[in-house]
Amino acid sequence: MKKLVIHPVTRIEGHAKIDVYLDDAGHVADTHFHVTQVRGFEKFTEGRPYYEMPGITARVCGICPISHQLASAKTCDAIMAVSPPPAAVKLRELVHAAQFVQSHALSFFHLSAPDLLLGFDSDPARRNIFGIIEENPELAKAGIGLRKFGQDLIEGLAQERVHPGWIVPGGVNAPLKPEVRDRTLAALPAARAAADRALETLKGALDSFSEEIAHFGSGPTMYAGLTNESGEPDWYDGLLQFRDASGGLVAADVRACDYPEFIGEAAVRRSYMKAPYFKPRGYPGGVYRVGPLARVNVAQGFGTPAADRELAEYRQRFGECPQSSFLFHYARLLELIHGIEKIERILEPATILSKHVRARAGVNALEGMGMIEAPRGILIHHYKVDESGAIRWANLIVATGHNNLAMDHDIGEVARHFVDGNNFKEGMLNRVSALVRAYDPCLSCSTHANGMPAVTIALRSSDGELIKMVD
Amino acid sequence: MPENLSIRIDGEYVPAEAGQTILEVARAAGKYIPTLCWLENITPVGACRLCIVEVAGVGRLLPACTTPVQDGMSVTTNSEKLLRYRRIAIEFLLAERNHQCAVCVSNNHCELQAMAQKLGVTHSRYAYGYPRLPVDLSHERYVLDHNRCILCTRCVRVCAEVEGAHVWDVASRGTRSMIVCDMNHPWGEAQTCTNCGKCVQVCPTGAMAEKGYAVEEMSKRGANVTRLVRLGGRL
Ligand code: SF4
Ligand code: FES
Repeated sequence: MKKLVIHPVTRIEGHAKIDVYLDDAGHVADTHFHVTQVRGFEKFTEGRPYYEMPGITARVCGICPISHQLASAKTCDAIMAVSPPPAAVKLRELVHAAQFVQSHALSFFHLSAPDLLLGFDSDPARRNIFGIIEENPELAKAGIGLRKFGQDLIEGLAQERVHPGWIVPGGVNAPLKPEVRDRTLAALPAARAAADRALETLKGALDSFSEEIAHFGSGPTMYAGLTNESGEPDWYDGLLQFRDASGGLVAADVRACDYPEFIGEAAVRRSYMKAPYFKPRGYPGGVYRVGPLARVNVAQGFGTPAADRELAEYRQRFGECPQSSFLFHYARLLELIHGIEKIERILEPATILSKHVRARAGVNALEGMGMIEAPRGILIHHYKVDESGAIRWANLIVATGHNNLAMDHDIGEVARHFVDGNNFKEGMLNRVSALVRAYDPCLSCSTHANGMPAVTIALRSSDGELIKMVD
Repeated sequence: MPENLSIRIDGEYVPAEAGQTILEVARAAGKYIPTLCWLENITPVGACRLCIVEVAGVGRLLPACTTPVQDGMSVTTNSEKLLRYRRIAIEFLLAERNHQCAVCVSNNHCELQAMAQKLGVTHSRYAYGYPRLPVDLSHERYVLDHNRCILCTRCVRVCAEVEGAHVWDVASRGTRSMIVCDMNHPWGEAQTCTNCGKCVQVCPTGAMAEKGYAVEEMSKRGANVTRLVRLGGRL
C-alpha cells in the first residue's frame, strides 16, 4: 500500500497532518487525520482562581479568544450565581458578533477564496490572498476592510484586538463609549457592501464546483446549534438543538447545565483531539456537525431581513437540510450578513450606553457550565471549584472537536473521489486540504486538552514507503 | 548634628550624612538607581539586588539600599557592567517561578514587568524552573499566588512595621523559600491578620491581589501605605 502525507495542511488555524493510503492499484484505501500537539489547558488550570479562567482560556486560541472568554465568563457567572446587567449581556453579544464577522471574513477571503476564485488546480504559489489581490483587487479590499471592521469594533470595546481582558465574570469591565458606537454605525454600510460582494462572488462561482459540492463530505450526519425559542440562531445565549440528517428535531432546548446528558466525549486514536458525540445514539453512531452549516440547518430562520432573504435563496437551491461540507462556505457568508445586521440591532437602542455593566459576587455554586456558539461551532466550558473558588476540575468542549468525526469521514470521501495515485496531481490533494478548510477548523483549539496544528499530506506505498509529501 | 560626609556619586559631590544609605543619598541628589524590594520609609533588606552599584576600591558590587555611606566614597550608579548584572537579577526572578504576564491580574501594572522592560529584558536566558506552587485562596478578600512571588518581603515588612500585625514571614531557604502566614497557616485562618490589605497594596507583582479581579485589573496603591510612616520614623 502507498501512503500520501499532507503535512502541514495550509490555510487553516493550527497544524494538522493527513495520511492518504493507496492500495496496489493506486486507489485510496484509507485516510487518517492527525492533530499532533499536546497542550493541556485543563490540567494546568487546576488550583487557579475561577475568575482568572476567562483570561487563561482565551490563550487557547489567538483566532477566537473572545469565544473562550465569553464561554468562560458565562461559566464564572454560573459559579457566582449572578445574571450580568442587561447592558453587559448586550455588550458581550456585540463583541461576539464582531468576532464572528472578523473570523468569517478571514476564513472566506484569506483562507478559502484562493481555491474558490483561482481554482483548486491553479498554481499553488499564487493560490493565496496575494493571488486574490492580483486577480480581484476589489474583492481583496472588501475582505481586508470587513476584517478590519470587526477588529476595530473589538478594539473599540475592549481596548485590545487579540486577547482583551474586557470580558469579566459578572459582565464586562467598561461601558461602551458613544464614539465607538457612532464610529461603528458609520462603518456599517461599507461592511454590508463587502459582505454582499463576498456572497455574490461565491454564488457566481458555485456552478464550477458542482463536483466538489457533490463529493465534499456529503455523508449524512446530525447537526447541532444554538437557537432562541423562535428557532433563530442565538450565538451568545441560545439553547442547544440537535437535528438528524433529514432535519428532524432529535433533542430540543438543551441548557448548558444539561450538556453531559447529551454529549459524550471519546478519545480518538492517532490524534490529540477528543471526539464529542450525541450520547443517546452512542459512539460512533452519534456523529454530528457544528459550525455555520449546522447552525443554518438547525435554525428556522435568521430573524434579520437581509440574511433571511439570502437564506430563502440558499434553501431553494439546496433544500432545507443540505449535507455537503462545501456549503460551509455559503452558510458562513449568510452568517456574515446576519452578524452585521445584529451589530446594527444591538447598537441602535440608547440603553447600550448604560454604565451599569458588571455584577459582583463570590462563590455561590461549586460547579458551572457556559455554552456559546464560537464562529466554528458550539463551545462549552465546565468548571468545578472548591468553596474558596479554586478550580478543582475543568473541561472544555471546543467547536472543532465536535466536527472531528465528520471531518475524518469526509476526508476519506474526498480522497477516494479526487485522489488517483497512478496519475498524481497536486490539485487532488489540495481538494483534501480544502475540505478541511471548508470546516475552517481551529486545531489549536481542538488540541487545547492533550494536544500540531497547518496540515501536511503524505503519500505512502503499501509498505509504508513515503512517495510524496505535500506541504 | 550628624556628621557631614564627602561623597561622590557618578563623579559629582553630593550632600550626605553619616547613617544614610547610598540609595538615600543618591535619591536626595536626584540620581536614579533602580530598585524593586525597597520601599520608602520601610526597613531595607537588600533582597532583589536591582540597586547594586560600584564603589571605587571595593571589588564587588554593593546593594545601594542597605549599604551605609562612608566618608570619601565614590559611587558609580550606571555602567555596562551594572546593567548586565541588573538584567541577570531580573532574569533570575523571572526564571525562578511562573510569571505568565499575559494571564496575570497585575499585567501592565507590575513593577517586575516594568523593571524588566526598562532594563531591556525580553526573556530569561536561564532555564525556567516551572515549580508547582500553590495559590492560597482561603482569605475572604485577598489571594496569594506563590507562583508570582519574588520574595521581596515587602509584605512581611509592611505588615510588621506599619500595621504592626506581623502576619507574614519567610520560611525555608534558597529556592524553597516561601512567604508564610502566621505559623504556616492558610491566610483565611490567620489569627493575626487584620484584613487591612497593606501587603496587597505594596506587593510589586500579582502575587498578592484582591479577589475577583480579572486579567490586568489589579493596579496597586503602595504609596498610600508607605506614606503612613512619618518620614524618618523607621523602627
Ligand atoms: S507576596 Fe508580594 S510583597 Fe510579599 S514577598 Fe512575594 S512579591 Fe514580595
Ligand atoms: S532595592 Fe536594594 S536590593 Fe532590592
